[in-house]
Amino acid sequence: MSLKAKGAVTGVGDTRYSKNSGKSVTTLQMEASLAAIRDAGLDPKEIDGIIVYGNMAVVAEDFITNFGIADLRFSAVTPLGGASAVASVQCAIAAISAGICNHVLIPLGRNGSSGAGGRIGSRVREMPQFRTIGEFEMPMGAIAPAQLYAPMARRHMELYGTTSRQLAEIAVSTRHNAILNGNAMMTKPLTVEDHQASRMISDPLRLYDCSLESDGACAIVVSSAERANDMAQPRVQVLSVAEAHPDSPSAITQRPDMTRLGIAKAAPRAFEMAGVTHKDIQVAEIYDCFTYIVMCQLEDLGFCKKGEGGPFVASGAIKLGGKLPINTHGGLLSQAHMAGLNHVVELVRQLRGEAGKAQVKDAKLGLVTGYGDMGDGTVAIMARG
Amino acid sequence: MTETTYMKPLPEASPDTLPFWKSLQDGKLRIQACSACGKLRHYPRQVCPYCYSMEHKWVEAKGTGTIHSWTTAHHAFHPGFKGELPYTLLTVDLAEGVRMQAQARGIAAGKLKIGLPVKVAFEIATRDLTLPVFVSA
Ligand SMILES: [Zn+2]
Repeated sequence: MSLKAKGAVTGVGDTRYSKNSGKSVTTLQMEASLAAIRDAGLDPKEIDGIIVYGNMAVVAEDFITNFGIADLRFSAVTPLGGASAVASVQCAIAAISAGICNHVLIPLGRNGSSGAGGRIGSRVREMPQFRTIGEFEMPMGAIAPAQLYAPMARRHMELYGTTSRQLAEIAVSTRHNAILNGNAMMTKPLTVEDHQASRMISDPLRLYDCSLESDGACAIVVSSAERANDMAQPRVQVLSVAEAHPDSPSAITQRPDMTRLGIAKAAPRAFEMAGVTHKDIQVAEIYDCFTYIVMCQLEDLGFCKKGEGGPFVASGAIKLGGKLPINTHGGLLSQAHMAGLNHVVELVRQLRGEAGKAQVKDAKLGLVTGYGDMGDGTVAIMARG
Repeated sequence: MTETTYMKPLPEASPDTLPFWKSLQDGKLRIQACSACGKLRHYPRQVCPYCYSMEHKWVEAKGTGTIHSWTTAHHAFHPGFKGELPYTLLTVDLAEGVRMQAQARGIAAGKLKIGLPVKVAFEIATRDLTLPVFVSA
């Protein structure tokens, strides 16, 4: 048995994204979850599985209490950082396919901008996935993801001639899409020159290579593909989903090939399971904590060869109207940092034809990825119908 | 010593890793070698990933290597590093075949390139902590 075409995303929802929500993380997650459950046409009490985000800011018990769920049959956590959202989809479909539960809620919300948990440099130090780094690299000054990931980008540049201007193309097209979305933190157009003039954070990564810190929440409901036939929305099936971990998952420094992420292992499995090829993919939501991570994933997914990501993203292929439009919602770079669950929400809206001004015409088949911590990778291929 | 003024994050050593940190205080860079199959590994861990032996010894590394990659930090994500911006972090291929990361000392930005030979040096941070750095070899 495989999970091929066993599950569907039957509901999506989100809050406004902002710098300062003025609300608790629990309130944000409840708001987004209710929106997703209503979108699916369900009563909140019908949710019988919940997969919360790895930081455990809100736990399954909070939903049982708030919704009055009488018999929650399944709860889990997928602690893969930004790869968690898509990993949760896999976990949900596995649980549903095993007959444990029917409708799994996957919420994700945070006060990443205004919150008491502090900003990224202090948050990651508390995460067990960063324990090795915490002992052997943070004392030297490699504190935050920008500093941990920059050597991957630098090595790619040295080996393949990749340039900062090529990375800028990702930031520019993503911003363009955010402006079209209407629920995005960044609302001003960005040019390659703006990117080049932005301050250096950790060379070669500039400010506009880095994602946002955001307040807000989004949520999805996953159900069986069979049940989805009779639910409120046009069916969006999960044709395939896969999770992988990179070599040396606790320290990028020790990775045999620093330019190869975990998704390089997951992608062939996902394409094989779905039975589709790269040229079938009409839209892709690619986890974008940093521009470089987008480019590297496009290579590891097989949309271009290793080393050719720079020319690929600079060719216009990734823009709306290009051969592989990516991050049509504005991503983590310009919409909001919802750890990639907003990428799943956007893919579902694209495949339903609900993506507004950034709608990819006749989008029926798309792909969404996650990237977490030191390079965990997840990918799902979804189709309308 | 003015230890109260040391603002940077301190390594939380465990019994598994303490010999690494103690060695630095003696001006030695030591890494784990599997007692059963002899293979070297870094960062320290509990089990040999080649033969699953849990026995290991600590062997002294030559301290020489070449640059694998680098980044120069221009933004402090921790207040302890504000005063030394910009600083360069080197990822170095040690002669023994493992890598480590440490700050560069006295290597001009224009000279940084993959393969540049470097060697380890030791800087006293606090009474209880000595950190490795890399200088030109
Ligand atoms: Zn061994």
